[in-house]
Amino acid sequence: MPVEIYLNVAVSGLLTGLVYGLMALGLSVIFGVVRVVNFAHGEMMTIAMYLAIALFSAYRLDPLVMLVPIAAVLFALGYVMQLGLINPFINRPEHSQFMLLVAVALIMVNGLLIIFGPDAQTVQTRYAFDSFLVGPLIVDATKVYAGAAAVAVAAGLFAFFRFTLTGKAIRACADNYAGALVVGLDVKRLYALTFGIGAACVGAAGSIMVLLVDVTPPLGPAYTLLAFVIVITGGLGSMPGALLGGVLIGITEALGGLLFTPSAKSMFTFAILVLVLLFRPQGILGRRAS
Amino acid sequence: MTPLLELAHVSKSFSGLRAVQDVSFSVAPGEIVALIGPNGAGKTTCFNVIAGVYRADAGEVRLAGTRIDGWRPDQVCRAGVARTFQLVKPFAGLTVMENVVVGALNTSPGVREAERRAAEVVEQLGLGAKRHQPAASLTLPERKRLEVARALATGPRILLLDEVMAGLRPTEMDNMVALFRDLNARLGLAILLIEHVMRAVMALSRHIVVLHHGEVIAAGSPEEVTRNPAVLDCYLGEEAV
Amino acid sequence: MKIGLTEGLPRRGPALLAALLVLLLLAPLVANDYLITVLVLILYFAYVGQAWNIMMGFAGQLSLGHALYVGLGAYTSAALYVHFGISPWLGLLAAMAIAAAAGAVIGFLAFRFGVAGVYFAILTIAFAEFARIGFDHWRWLGGSGGFFLPVANYTRNDLLSLRGSPTMFYYLALAMTAGAFVLCHALLRSGVGYRWQAIRESPEAAQALGIDIFRYRMYAVVLSAAMTSLGGVLFAFYYNNLFPEQVFHISRSIELILGPIIGGIGTLFGPIIGAFLLTALAETLGEAMRAFGIDIPGVKQVFYGFCLLLVVMFLPEGVWPPLARRLGLERRLPAGPGRAGAEP
Repeated sequence: MPVEIYLNVAVSGLLTGLVYGLMALGLSVIFGVVRVVNFAHGEMMTIAMYLAIALFSAYRLDPLVMLVPIAAVLFALGYVMQLGLINPFINRPEHSQFMLLVAVALIMVNGLLIIFGPDAQTVQTRYAFDSFLVGPLIVDATKVYAGAAAVAVAAGLFAFFRFTLTGKAIRACADNYAGALVVGLDVKRLYALTFGIGAACVGAAGSIMVLLVDVTPPLGPAYTLLAFVIVITGGLGSMPGALLGGVLIGITEALGGLLFTPSAKSMFTFAILVLVLLFRPQGILGRRAS
Repeated sequence: MTPLLELAHVSKSFSGLRAVQDVSFSVAPGEIVALIGPNGAGKTTCFNVIAGVYRADAGEVRLAGTRIDGWRPDQVCRAGVARTFQLVKPFAGLTVMENVVVGALNTSPGVREAERRAAEVVEQLGLGAKRHQPAASLTLPERKRLEVARALATGPRILLLDEVMAGLRPTEMDNMVALFRDLNARLGLAILLIEHVMRAVMALSRHIVVLHHGEVIAAGSPEEVTRNPAVLDCYLGEEAV
Repeated sequence: MKIGLTEGLPRRGPALLAALLVLLLLAPLVANDYLITVLVLILYFAYVGQAWNIMMGFAGQLSLGHALYVGLGAYTSAALYVHFGISPWLGLLAAMAIAAAAGAVIGFLAFRFGVAGVYFAILTIAFAEFARIGFDHWRWLGGSGGFFLPVANYTRNDLLSLRGSPTMFYYLALAMTAGAFVLCHALLRSGVGYRWQAIRESPEAAQALGIDIFRYRMYAVVLSAAMTSLGGVLFAFYYNNLFPEQVFHISRSIELILGPIIGGIGTLFGPIIGAFLLTALAETLGEAMRAFGIDIPGVKQVFYGFCLLLVVMFLPEGVWPPLARRLGLERRLPAGPGRAGAEP
């Protein structure tokens, strides 16, 4: 096959991977700070996707335009979840918290199934069939916008954690829980805030992703797993790692789908997961857990 | 006579911090040796190296002449070294008896036999009344005794005790000291103990090794060590009961 | 003094157990066909729940990919029967061997490389997904189109080939569940069982007491996998069709752990009670909704989700331990070596 095809597919995978990375970023933030394994991550993204679809079919509102409001809704959802559901159980054994979120995920996925039905739904924007020509590459306009939006949101998030007072407070909580308490930070509220931020990330990723894929409820668990693979590959607790992992997985998936059958492309994702877990469990950019 | 336990030039660092440096000492069969020193001197690290939790960076650990450094903790235990943890680790969901049975299974092939031996040890440590209570319901001093009972049940040749006296009332401490003396006299059980409570140290040990900043600064009989100026120097300001 | 099967239980304990067994043995005489199929489902979940419980409740390893072993058992025995005419009673040996091997691989990779806790759970999910996609592409086993066992019109039960009425499967499932119960009971009180619980409670302390945690964790994983695969054999011959998308799907993995979690991890009766409660309530809910003309997919799963949520939040031990205490079924032992606590 001519090189252009590989390149096209790789670039396409990269752009999709950026959106994956944004989704995984949310998970990384949540796990890095609150230390909760959010098994409902993909399901939350699917909620955002359906929100985007509903708004589009009702009011013809472009999902990229709706990115902020949808992210805000997911923020609220995350905030409430942390405050009401997870905070009270923060001292329970690890697998207890995990099962809590498994239950939430189960409810979310099937709730969506009940409301929206099992058939695939999509969003067809005006620019859905446009493409850019860059040298030998033909790139979908939607993918470019999606990638750009993902990068923009991620940049915003980095800036938040680097430069704002709240962002620094959250990082303090992550680094040293007891220390944060001692200096008077309201840790529970900050945890809720963080979960909300992670959820907002996933909300943004969802409204972007709606441009790229057909939406069905079972996407929820699939994305949860994907988010974990990305975060583990890129490095738990590392934000750049999440983006890097996302891009890596996006490209691998795309090329894998090209070289073998498209339906088998997720097998590569799992192969990568197993390899990472075995040989470099802290991920590419992660630090060894203390 | 071959020492039962011997450390030869053992060193262990953590990310550049030298926890233990060129430490050598030994425990003869049936001897009780105390390992003392200020906090952070490297005493528990020594235990962890002996027990196989850490691999020494340099040096050797020998049990009755056989090298055991680099062995896994369970292999070290099966060879005859039992240890307690400074921060006790009871099997919270199991009863006192069940906790000790786990230890007894180390040498008793069947559960029946293990239960019989465990019952004896439980009585020896004064936990008979609470034998069917979940370990989680025990007070801290009782948990420490459970920790000792469990280690004892494994049928060791040498027992490593990590600050088991802390938090015990004087009578409880006396009972423990008496128990260890008895086990030492009757069974020839060797003991290596880390202790801050000097009263217990003086009552039990025939030989004391003093660690400071990871190095051995003194070793000898209790009388010699307590008169040693270097030892007094590093302990100035530290407790002494 | 060895603790026998019924020693220490208040007299009601074994009596109740015996009564339950008699009830279950006689059930098909009074139940209609629909009820029997529900009971088969309950017993199936009770059985695989117990198998899973060995890994989680006894050895403390959280597996969220147990559908892998069900699927391997199902496909192995089904393929041997359809392609080679081998009776499922022989086929199940192959099924157990293959599932045990898969479990051994996963266990080895996990424990040798220190993959534990949540990471281990994710690893198990990944393997199940891998199998799902792999089997989807495996022509010889039907691929995504499905693998079918011949369903002939039978007038009598053919036990050798596991062709027969739901009642036959009911007694098979009952035998499996009862057998698993007895096995788990024996295991809990054995040296292996003690070591498993020690590892579950504190791996560090267990090691310090001479327990080779790698070896015993492997035992748990391999046994659990092999036992679960038998459930798969039953599944294959009962439903007569296998689709990778369904059999290996993560929903199956989650479904089969709901019973033990809701009933009580680590207890003997938990998985059974949990399976019974969940399935009975879900079927009742389904019937009630059908009566109102509502037939929406997903309602049952939402119901399961809420049950799980409520139990995790408010009944962390599960439903069985508090129930057992209320029923006075706590084991009380005489003085001397023995065990206590909520049982079974």
